Amino acid sequence: MCDFLVNGKMVVVDVNLCVGCQSCMFACTRRFGNAGLGKSAIHIGSAGGIERGFVVIICRGCPDPPCMKVCPSNALRKRDGGGVILDVGKCIGCKNCLRECTIGAIFWDEEMNKPVICVHCGICADYCPYGVLKLEKKGDD
Amino acid sequence: MIVGDPLKKVLHIDLSIKRFWVEERNDLFEKFIGGVGVASQLLSEECGKKTDPLGPENPIIFAVGPLTGSFPLASKTVSMFKSPLTGNLGESHAGGRSAIAIRMAGYGAIVIKGQSSEPVYIAVHENRVYFKNASVLWGMGNSYSVGRILRERESGAGLRTIMKIGRAGEELISYASVITETYRHFGRLGLGAVFGSKKLKAIVISGNNSLKVNNVKQYRKTYDEIYNSVVNSPAMNKYHELGTPMNVNVLNSIEALPTRNLKEAKFEYADNISGEAFLEKYLGRRIACAHCPVSCIHLAALRESYDSDPYFFKTTMISYDYEPIFSLGSMLGIPNPDELLRLLEEIEILGFDAMSAGVVLAWATESQEAGLISEKDTFGIRFKWGDYRSYIKALRLVIKCENEFYEALGRGVEHTSTVYGGDDFALAFGGNEMPGYHTGPAVYIGFLTGARHSHLDNAGYSLDQKVISSNEKLTPDETANKLLSEEIWRQILSSLVVCFFARGIYTPEIVTKALEIMGYNLTYDDSLNIGREILKIKNNFKKENGFNENNLRIPKRIFETKAPTGKFTEEYIRQGVSAYFKLLNSD
Repeated sequence: MCDFLVNGKMVVVDVNLCVGCQSCMFACTRRFGNAGLGKSAIHIGSAGGIERGFVVIICRGCPDPPCMKVCPSNALRKRDGGGVILDVGKCIGCKNCLRECTIGAIFWDEEMNKPVICVHCGICADYCPYGVLKLEKKGDD
Repeated sequence: MIVGDPLKKVLHIDLSIKRFWVEERNDLFEKFIGGVGVASQLLSEECGKKTDPLGPENPIIFAVGPLTGSFPLASKTVSMFKSPLTGNLGESHAGGRSAIAIRMAGYGAIVIKGQSSEPVYIAVHENRVYFKNASVLWGMGNSYSVGRILRERESGAGLRTIMKIGRAGEELISYASVITETYRHFGRLGLGAVFGSKKLKAIVISGNNSLKVNNVKQYRKTYDEIYNSVVNSPAMNKYHELGTPMNVNVLNSIEALPTRNLKEAKFEYADNISGEAFLEKYLGRRIACAHCPVSCIHLAALRESYDSDPYFFKTTMISYDYEPIFSLGSMLGIPNPDELLRLLEEIEILGFDAMSAGVVLAWATESQEAGLISEKDTFGIRFKWGDYRSYIKALRLVIKCENEFYEALGRGVEHTSTVYGGDDFALAFGGNEMPGYHTGPAVYIGFLTGARHSHLDNAGYSLDQKVISSNEKLTPDETANKLLSEEIWRQILSSLVVCFFARGIYTPEIVTKALEIMGYNLTYDDSLNIGREILKIKNNFKKENGFNENNLRIPKRIFETKAPTGKFTEEYIRQGVSAYFKLLNSD
């Protein structure tokens, strides 16, 4: 587990393979032991009408994350391998990070009033039947 | 039900007074689970026997179930209403994102009543409900445009459903559909006209909830068991690869594919319009319903040039399935897939039910051949099998409704044949135009006893298939018995709102396990008792609204054209129907 937390990073292999089933979003919410969609750190929507296919919005694991820079309470720290790790205890729920992410890859848990941030664990890829997503590890080609 | 599960919430919307309220109905969801069970009970509470299907009192009911959003393939929404096509029980199911959106918005069911004085659309974003003016959208020629406008105007991309009607619904055509997510439909029995009668152009519903489960460890385990059996199942893979049109060649090869208004049951051009042909030449994209990894929705890419400028092209995506290929292809004798797709596209633009529309046009063609209708009736159209242009013209004229003939045509073949004759080949059962299965007596007993749409109504098709492959004959009573026991179980599947394509995966054992995780302790026998009770509620509604099993019209055509089980008699069908109701009411 620790190994890919340190090394792994989520990548979108080919967005055209996406059928929009959202199994990835449900899988992400299941990490927390919930059903539904409310705690998903990945989002699938249509690319302006389903006939044009889908967009996959997921944290790119920036090496220099803008979300971290706007956090007033130091709740976000750099994650080895890219992206950020949230210290829930420090987070004041100001939504600065949500607004700052250029690609909209930070989501909101309304129940907790905290951001939902991708930890690059790869569960979404495990439940993608069409190979849209991949947890890329060091040494992968 | 798990304490705190929002499933129990029923959102009531009254379009006359533009108000909404939420009722907590634990009782309903504890007793009837969800989906068709809950919707049937709500219909019996909300819709009195004198209700006019196009009046303000007719409720539009949508219901989902406890497995929606928690387990894969439980993503159907059941809609119930009084049907303007049959004047009786209306039940239509659709997938897309509708069920997930309703569940994630925090509801188990939605009941819409009343009638707006001006066109409106409703936006439900979790606990906020907005009534929005739709005057600009009303009368818009192309239903695709309405979808695009609402997509841009409303929030919740990826987490919402957009249900809308086309011109057919606005003009109260009895078989107008409600289109959801551009490519899925509450197609059958005229829900679109009920929307139209309420001046309701569209509904947008969005939500992003999460749900609690009992026993997280067991939840993940059961989820994986279901998910893995879906993604590894050969049957599901077939739905993914060829989709429902896999049946075109299958049914044609056994001579069960209704062709030219069922004058024949084998179409000489079936190869051209088969699932295999579409896969090879047209498939442009596959998509899925929310929370279903199968992705059985097939979109054809149709590249057309303009008559006025042959170097100017447009490429349109059109969703194709077995039933529209039957109703607009073989049934109308259209051999060319390009032309079939153009006709199907027009149906989507206008918002008709593709199945009823095809059967209606097939009746019109044969009636004109037989001299029952004249070119004066048709405004000069000379219907000819395979001539898709005349069919497109006729559908536009049905919408305009400028003479008695087209007015009648807009009310389905059951009605039209009472005016113009030709009832021997007016292929409706219980007032609803037939689906594409001329397999034998069991399907017809199923159509006549069922309430739901399509062949998925019942096990008739598979019963006939067994007879065909084994050469064993079933008596009418045996057929009725088998149909009823399958139908009872299907009430449970459609209360869970599990897609019927997954009925082999959602075995009684899996259903019990999944329900336990969502807080229901039901044995298989308990489920069957609930299923039977649901059927009885539906049957009571039908009887109250004038259904009489002894007065059902059976078009003679089905006895004339040989089915793969061999020819069968009217007596057999009538015995089967009466045995079915006798069994249902026996305890």
